[in-house]
Amino acid sequence: MSKKVVIIGNGVAGITTAIELRKLTDFEISVISEESEFFFSRTALMYVFMGHMKFEHTQPYEKSFWEKNKISLINGRVNEVLPDINSISLENGKKLSYDYLVIATGSKPNKYNWPGQGLEGVSGLYHKQDLEYLEKYSSKIKKAVVVGGGLIGVELAEMLNSRGIEVTFLVRENSFWSMVLSENEGRMLEKHILEHGINLKLNSELKEIKGKYSVESVITSSGETIECQFVGLTVGVSPNVGFLQNSNIKINKGILVNEYLQTNVPNIFAIGDCAEIQQPQLGRRPIEAVWYTGKIMGQTLAKTLAGEKTAYNPGNWFNSAKFFDIEYQTYGLAPAKLNEYQDEFYWEKENKAVRIVFNKENRVFEGINTFGIRMRQDFFEKVLNRNENVGFVIENLGKANFDPEFFKKYEKEIKSNFNLQNA
Amino acid sequence: MNLEISKKTGLSLGLVGMLILTAAFFNLLNGSALLYISLCMILAGIVVYSFGEYSGELSGIKNNEVWFKSVSSKGIVAWILGFVLTAFYVVIYWFPEYLGLNKEGNTGLVAFFDPLSFALNGHGASQWFVYGTLYTVAILGFGVKFIPKYRHNTYQIVRTCSVMFFQLAFAFLLPEFLAKLNPKLDYFAKDLKNMWPLNYYFFEDWHLKAMLGGGNLGMFMLFFGIGMIFLISPILTYFFGKRWYCSWVCGCGGLAETAGDSFRQLSDKSVKAWKIERWLIHSVLLFVFITTVAVIYSFLINEKATLNPKLFLVGVILFLGVFCLYIFKIGYKKLALDARKGIYWASGIISAFLIINMAIGNSNVFFIDSYSLRSWYGFFIGAAFSGVVGVGFYPILGSRVWCRFGCPMAAILGFQQKLLSRFRITTNGSQCISCGNCSTYCEMGIDVRAYAQKGEDIVRSSCVGCGVCSAVCPRGVLKLENGRVEI
Repeated sequence: MSKKVVIIGNGVAGITTAIELRKLTDFEISVISEESEFFFSRTALMYVFMGHMKFEHTQPYEKSFWEKNKISLINGRVNEVLPDINSISLENGKKLSYDYLVIATGSKPNKYNWPGQGLEGVSGLYHKQDLEYLEKYSSKIKKAVVVGGGLIGVELAEMLNSRGIEVTFLVRENSFWSMVLSENEGRMLEKHILEHGINLKLNSELKEIKGKYSVESVITSSGETIECQFVGLTVGVSPNVGFLQNSNIKINKGILVNEYLQTNVPNIFAIGDCAEIQQPQLGRRPIEAVWYTGKIMGQTLAKTLAGEKTAYNPGNWFNSAKFFDIEYQTYGLAPAKLNEYQDEFYWEKENKAVRIVFNKENRVFEGINTFGIRMRQDFFEKVLNRNENVGFVIENLGKANFDPEFFKKYEKEIKSNFNLQNA
Repeated sequence: MNLEISKKTGLSLGLVGMLILTAAFFNLLNGSALLYISLCMILAGIVVYSFGEYSGELSGIKNNEVWFKSVSSKGIVAWILGFVLTAFYVVIYWFPEYLGLNKEGNTGLVAFFDPLSFALNGHGASQWFVYGTLYTVAILGFGVKFIPKYRHNTYQIVRTCSVMFFQLAFAFLLPEFLAKLNPKLDYFAKDLKNMWPLNYYFFEDWHLKAMLGGGNLGMFMLFFGIGMIFLISPILTYFFGKRWYCSWVCGCGGLAETAGDSFRQLSDKSVKAWKIERWLIHSVLLFVFITTVAVIYSFLINEKATLNPKLFLVGVILFLGVFCLYIFKIGYKKLALDARKGIYWASGIISAFLIINMAIGNSNVFFIDSYSLRSWYGFFIGAAFSGVVGVGFYPILGSRVWCRFGCPMAAILGFQQKLLSRFRITTNGSQCISCGNCSTYCEMGIDVRAYAQKGEDIVRSSCVGCGVCSAVCPRGVLKLENGRVEI
């Protein structure tokens, strides 16, 4: 029997659900988005601003794809969800009924009630509209301040820098992205960020944004005044769930879901950035606002909706990023601060670094951060699943290498350093 | 600030060099010193500009503002450039007298190049010598510009040095020297790497006669040429994919990768363009195949050659039969149904023509004069498509229009790559974020992302293995590999 599935949000989680579900069923699938007509890669917005791509290049599927696959795309904003009558109402007054509802509304940028955060020239970087705002406003910017030392912060700094704007980058912590990276990793990146001409200030917080109608300056926690015409707020994101307040769907920070990504209302599901897993797996956070988990959740949920009940299993943690010219990949868990039972090995040379974390007692490999050297996910999947020894990883690091041909190889050097330290 | 000066100096140097050539075109200037000065100025101009452009920045991907600059985003500058290039090609192919080509004594631009031509090959310049020289200057100059742009990527550096070397040594200097050492011989192609069917006249009667009458050198070129087609190129393609030719050796590829680098993002990635591509490139292959069979057959009849013309036709039918059988039994999994049908139908129709021909003993194997066939091919494909559209439209359609839609050599190597080769682009697990940099910068218009985001390897007959998708990927997802790596 064909069922009606309504998906709110056309980001990677929602769209993956739609596409995978279409492969498995002939359900009636609708995807609602206020943000954009077609699915685009949110992570690619920065490249549009820098002129590497046009916006249409960030869209992986042509218009005809949606028609061919009978996935109906609805442009609109959802006002509220009415679980009692299995229906949602849109801002334009229309109502849509569903058999299954999938909420994939993503995140919204955090704002911490700073004085002046409502001024013209203050923006986060998350939505397509944020990019459009920045584009429109950029001609007025000579100097900018980016607040928050995470992934989006460094991207925004790179974007503004590419247009010749003088950027001051305020990072609250003592080293860059210290939630995730160790201090020596952070230091290497700080050096690189400074080399690009960014005025990076560690241990600095935003206190106040000054201006009459639009931004004129900011004041930092140390009392310093920095003149600027734009403030980028990139201090993390939170689940975008405000429109559910009057429904009986249970919410903590995000929409609470069980291992089947199901909310307290049995035919309503939540995936991606807006979902909060009630009992996450060991070492994983309840809300993981990253591209990859959104995609895996979408794939998992499509199976469940198609009738093959499947629990969400994110597998081994992995992630990637790029800090200006330095690529970063991580596999397994290599925490910023080691646990009691863990030990680590660190190697660094010419903007390349590798940090391997392993168990002190049984020497089982636990995770790796790699900067400037590409490595194979398949290799570390096998290593992690088989609980291989750190010695095995060091010995076979050449097989993990995923750099293009003719690139300089560092495995020998890494190995001899490791052996020296662990003799 | 100094870097801005360096860019402007480079631009001025290059423009003055071009201005000297333009003046020579109007018969305003003359003299060998001026020729060398202008060529050196153009080369130096590009190098100085490139220094200003890249030396002040850290190594890394340099695609900022690509879609904002008029020249690289189909703006007004691009259209003007496209118009000038197209006009230049039209003149080169069909109106060389405007460049000063004259049997009684060259004038204008062609005469301006006479000194260099005498020095290299012992006789006066032709429009093709002018073209070859400027072509080589473009590959060398923009090759040198490409290297600092990709200085963090050794694959790109090695590959670019390779195309620069093959253009300078094999396409430009060696044939000229060989011509100088053998002044009495009729013309035949001496560029070792320029094989049939890219060199479509290889099997034409005048060319075969010239090689057969060309002593040791001629015979060597004949056997090496045939060996390239049937032995060397399939073996190299098996091991390395068609990149060994298309983005490492070939002159057309060489120009696209160097002078055309600023236009690679303009290739059309739509499904529609891909459909046109499949039909068009294989139609050209069919066209050159038919033409060549007809030309060889006429040659064998007219020259009363030892090889029986009918035996030759039987050989062609056998070849097609074996190819179809291979597709039917082994290769079918790798080709779409319409592609297989196309192969069967085309082979069947060609064979039917040949059989009818053998039965009634006609000298025009496809009932069309083989000379008309080859002159049509020469006009429409050899000149109009590969030259005028292929390079003239660089700033509008991207740098690989000919390689993607027209080159029959690319089509043959593409078959080998798809059916036999170990080469592929591997995707690194699930690391793709669908950003689209790979697809945008694929000069062949392959939607690389469509594969990468599914975690699939990319095995496409059109991929020339330039490696730029891998270079621009911000997450380290793509790698060009010759076969699977065991973990």
